[in-house]
Amino acid sequence: MSSETRATGGFLESGLEGLQHNFFTGTLEELVKWARAHSVMPATFGLACCAIEMMAAGGPHYDMARYGMEVFRASPRQADLMIVAGRVSQKMAPVLRQIYDQMMEPKWVISMGVCASSGGMFNNYAIVQGVDQIVPVDVYVPGCPPSPETLMHAFLALHQQIRDGHLTRRPGEGAGIVLEQLGANGSVPVTLSRS
Amino acid sequence: MTTTHDAPINVAQTAEGSQELSSRDVIAAGERLRELGAVLRISESDALEAELKAVPEDETMIINMGPQHPSTHGVLRLMLELQGETVIRCKPIIGYLHTGMERTGEDLTYLQGPTNVTRMDYAAPLFTELAFSLTVEKLLDIEVPERAIWIRMLMTEMNRISSHLLFMATNGMDLGAVSMMLYGWREREEALRFLQEVTGLRMNHNYIRPGGVAADLPDGWRDGVLRLLDILPDRLAQYDTLLNQQPIWRERLQGVGSITAGECLALGVTGPILRSTGYDWDLRRDMPYMAFDQVDFDVVVGSYGDCFDRYAVRLAEIHESLKIVRQCLEKMPKGDYRIQDKKVTPPPRARINESMEALIHHFKIFTEGFKVPEGEAYVAIESPRGELGCYIASDGSSKPYRMHVRAPSFVNLQTLPHLMHGSLVADAVAIISSVDPILGEVDR
Amino acid sequence: MADDDAVSGEADTLLEIASETMYDMLLVHSSGQLVLHVERTSYVALLATLHADGYHMIVDLCGVDYLEHFDRVLPDGVVAERFEVVVNLINHRERARLRLRIQIPESDASLPTAFNLYAGTEAMEREAYDMFGIGFEGHPDLTRILMPEDWVGHPLRKDYDLGRIPVQFKGAPANRS
Repeated sequence: MSSETRATGGFLESGLEGLQHNFFTGTLEELVKWARAHSVMPATFGLACCAIEMMAAGGPHYDMARYGMEVFRASPRQADLMIVAGRVSQKMAPVLRQIYDQMMEPKWVISMGVCASSGGMFNNYAIVQGVDQIVPVDVYVPGCPPSPETLMHAFLALHQQIRDGHLTRRPGEGAGIVLEQLGANGSVPVTLSRS
Repeated sequence: MTTTHDAPINVAQTAEGSQELSSRDVIAAGERLRELGAVLRISESDALEAELKAVPEDETMIINMGPQHPSTHGVLRLMLELQGETVIRCKPIIGYLHTGMERTGEDLTYLQGPTNVTRMDYAAPLFTELAFSLTVEKLLDIEVPERAIWIRMLMTEMNRISSHLLFMATNGMDLGAVSMMLYGWREREEALRFLQEVTGLRMNHNYIRPGGVAADLPDGWRDGVLRLLDILPDRLAQYDTLLNQQPIWRERLQGVGSITAGECLALGVTGPILRSTGYDWDLRRDMPYMAFDQVDFDVVVGSYGDCFDRYAVRLAEIHESLKIVRQCLEKMPKGDYRIQDKKVTPPPRARINESMEALIHHFKIFTEGFKVPEGEAYVAIESPRGELGCYIASDGSSKPYRMHVRAPSFVNLQTLPHLMHGSLVADAVAIISSVDPILGEVDR
Repeated sequence: MADDDAVSGEADTLLEIASETMYDMLLVHSSGQLVLHVERTSYVALLATLHADGYHMIVDLCGVDYLEHFDRVLPDGVVAERFEVVVNLINHRERARLRLRIQIPESDASLPTAFNLYAGTEAMEREAYDMFGIGFEGHPDLTRILMPEDWVGHPLRKDYDLGRIPVQFKGAPANRS
């Protein structure tokens, strides 16, 4: 994959990463990230028991609305965040990938519960052992099911990551690490990149 | 992994072949019979005749609803054949949440069994635990103490209340009454708070185990119950005003999705759906288990078998469960919360420090598990969705040889093609919601 | 018959191998419940009789694979086969339950369908087919119901591996046995 440290081409071709930052665009980037973090719209992807706790997080007691997140978009085209809430069976896996593909960038995935994170207590033929085998996951939430407070903590972690800008980098981009490999012909620089 | 811009929408991978709804020119007469004739008791030739008079192929459209859809109550996929807005045929496709729980159950000991089965019906987990525990106790031929029975009754009726509140909330939301969604969850939190006080968890409690319950009721549990008994009746009266008296609610639910008692019996449907047709059958009263013959409650029955009756039956059942909870509060006996048979239940923590024998029993129960004599049994209870049964065949070892759970939602879903025939698409949402399936127990 | 039990004497009270019959089929009391052992050939006729007698609902129909427990306790006259289909019926008027156990050989794993009398068995028989491979003759739509369409194998058979992925957890064994 690419080992360039910085995407080239400017804003129109590479989005935020292509900006040559000055004081104005730095502030603009912060503004965009702030807006993205505070109006995340989850896609309805409740699968099993965790979906009940996800709905409870949207209810009046735990209230996701204070983070601007109570609007669950049914259409993946309009959603930012896919909260995979529940166990993913073999039959559901292609459907999950299809929904993920239909979401527009920037998008994030929270893997809610142990079944989505790693297969949970169901280590058998029927359950995909971790939804990260199908989609890239940004935050893993443990619990069976995680209580709504745990899910809120995950949201806050996600918001922090959005504001830090880590999540606008996709796999394949990012700083290439250059090492020196000692070989027969002396040292050879080798570039490792995140892929 | 390719970037998302290039990835094709993988229709091929999500197609389910012959499990899907096929167009009418390719299905056999037998399957047509399944859709129409089964409950109407018409013959194959009549079904074929109905076929000929039916709507021509180019006037209809087969569309797919789900498995990801805001109103399909979990991962239920429905294929509908529509003529305009009218549903002609419907086929539910399930299996999107199949977890292999029955196979997993064969690998877990009887003490670990409730952790597995509790995740089937995740809106009312204590019921599946109860069915499992009662079946194991029948195989073991043991009697749990009185207090354990009454604690189980109290907890399961609380769970029935929280499950029906979930139904009210999701039913309201599906029909557009979003404020009902918030009210339902608000009340449900009160019930879950009590369940958390007693079992330690809000859901999937693993509290009812073979031999009794996992722990005794904590001090001050009566206050928790009384708080709920104080709050709920008022709130339920508010729902009555908000919903029952509302013309839009009535228009959307009355006359929609009707079914008769005979059709329900043929399809194996039980629970509020059966009772809404006017058929008076409730396992708690008619084939009592635990101590339900010692409590006083009414069985609520509807008249028309439509969506409104199903909603009204469940609302009234919350009131009846409150009555039962109050009687459990008054009649709770003192005693042990689990049977004192040391082969089945672990010894109390303090004894383990003193007695080597207790330590060994604890070790054996938690690693190898207790052995259940060879045999097979089926025990059924009345869950919020209908008759929930557990069939266990044991081979004498410490793990079930075959564990099968008769899930009410699995059987109740068979009513969907029949209920939806001739209704509008908007009614389809109301109908699914009124059947109240929980896909965890449908797919297991 | 009771001497054949390798288990302790307590099992005898649960599995009284009585020589009673009901509807001309062998009747057993299992854990206090009534169980009829039915031949495949008399299954449909028996269902019709039961339906007429007030057993209006089949509550549950499931399969069992006795590959690893072939020597289970059965009454005399019943030939043990690999598969069994277990049918639970209920009679609301009498408040009675009845269970039927039908032996299904592996070589010819099929049973006539109960769909024509009890429409609710449609999904149950599909599940038994999906999980065990037991065919139901006359079923209107015998396809898989829980597994994906292109799945190979029948997951609840005893010779089908659980499919557990080994997890590195400090030498924990794959199976607790």
